[in-house]
Amino acid sequence: MALQGDYERHLRALQSAGAHAVEVRTAAEMAAVDGLVLPGGESTTMLKLLHREGLFEPLAAFGHEKPIFGTCAGAILLATTVTSPEQESLGLVDIAVQRNAYGRQLDSRVVTLPSSLGDLEAVFIRAPIIRAAGPAVTVLATYNNDPVLVEQGRHLVATFHPELTADSRVHAYFLTKL
Amino acid sequence: MILNEEYRLKVGLAEMLKGGVIMDVVTPEQAVIAERAGACAVMALERVPSDIRRDGGVARMSHISLIRGIMDAVSIPVMAKARIGHFVEARVLEALAVDYIDESEVLTPADEENHIDKRDFKVPFVCGARNLGEALRRIGEGAAMIRTKGEAGSGNIVEAVRHMRTIVKEMRQLTVLGPEELMAEAKKHQAPFELIEWVAKHGKLPVPNFSAGGVATPADAALVMQLGAEAVFVGSGIFKSENPELFAKAVVKATTYYRDPVKVMEACEEIGESRAMVGLEISKIAEGELMQTRGW
Repeated sequence: MALQGDYERHLRALQSAGAHAVEVRTAAEMAAVDGLVLPGGESTTMLKLLHREGLFEPLAAFGHEKPIFGTCAGAILLATTVTSPEQESLGLVDIAVQRNAYGRQLDSRVVTLPSSLGDLEAVFIRAPIIRAAGPAVTVLATYNNDPVLVEQGRHLVATFHPELTADSRVHAYFLTKL
Repeated sequence: MILNEEYRLKVGLAEMLKGGVIMDVVTPEQAVIAERAGACAVMALERVPSDIRRDGGVARMSHISLIRGIMDAVSIPVMAKARIGHFVEARVLEALAVDYIDESEVLTPADEENHIDKRDFKVPFVCGARNLGEALRRIGEGAAMIRTKGEAGSGNIVEAVRHMRTIVKEMRQLTVLGPEELMAEAKKHQAPFELIEWVAKHGKLPVPNFSAGGVATPADAALVMQLGAEAVFVGSGIFKSENPELFAKAVVKATTYYRDPVKVMEACEEIGESRAMVGLEISKIAEGELMQTRGW
């Protein structure tokens, strides 16, 4: 989904994981793909564009049939509940997310995390924290006891940015859901 | 070039701003209007560049209370400007925990020879550039984002176009040269050799390249995006227009859909009959009053 944010980095990560990746900005383009990535960026900006361009409902409908991978801002859009401040979301993954929960840019960080996909380098940038996860959600990695990589059925959520590293394992894992 | 962890984080936030619009705001109320319109970040300052130009005098870092008020008012990233070479203003902004510092030619330079050593800061910096050499010198000093300078507060896109075209052309030229030709290029551009090599190999800057200085309409925003900008700074163009809310929304739309003429047309239509900011012809600005020639 190329409305705003680091979609170009996702495009490259998907390509290096072996996918045919394209930029999606319209409902027609959305209808032509098997899975979608909601990139990092500003969730408020994306939300406003989704509504103004009549993409919010098509995106929610897409998520009821096909897989979506949300990173950072994308994770916020996929959640059922968003706080600080409260914000509308798609409600496709049963998580409660707090925005900018680590603080401002000065509190951004790079850490190495064990996960069910092996050790991952995790880049957190003004990242949200998953404060609660429903029973249908599987946690694949945690940081400071908070879930940071989770899945629910066909959907995948990361509060960090796998697209900013050279490692495409998380994207490759998402492709197995298509 | 050392792409260490801290530098990657600095560049990482710039990646998150791509495809978005960063708007100059002078009050918390304007910041809220910008956020509601879909700005991906705001630049907190006391006067927009066109007012700085009109008022004259020395333009300095904004009041802390003003920046803090804007930081409290919105959830999107907040940037603030320090004078070129004024590393203490930059330290103050870092202590305030702004998300990005713009070492900006819009303010009156504090040092006519040296820019800030930006590697030494934890907060990321954006700097202006008119050509590839200037961009790479700033990156060499640690800037994590480059914006073309354009001519701030002019409402005239011609300088932004000139600077973006220059940088893109100079990068493209490097990609066709052999390795033995690159040292001469480093000499010509007065830029660090390692960065010249990096650009020759990748055909782009190692950090995001945004556009600034003269964007006044949705079509201006789409123009600089098509020329190679990865996001757009709008200074006076929003809040000096007749209807800031409409202009802000329309510029956001045109930036996202910059390659789609129908969407850009819709964005232009959304501003209705409201007038853009009054523009200045660059040749009518006295040479000593040009902002783009500040810094080197």
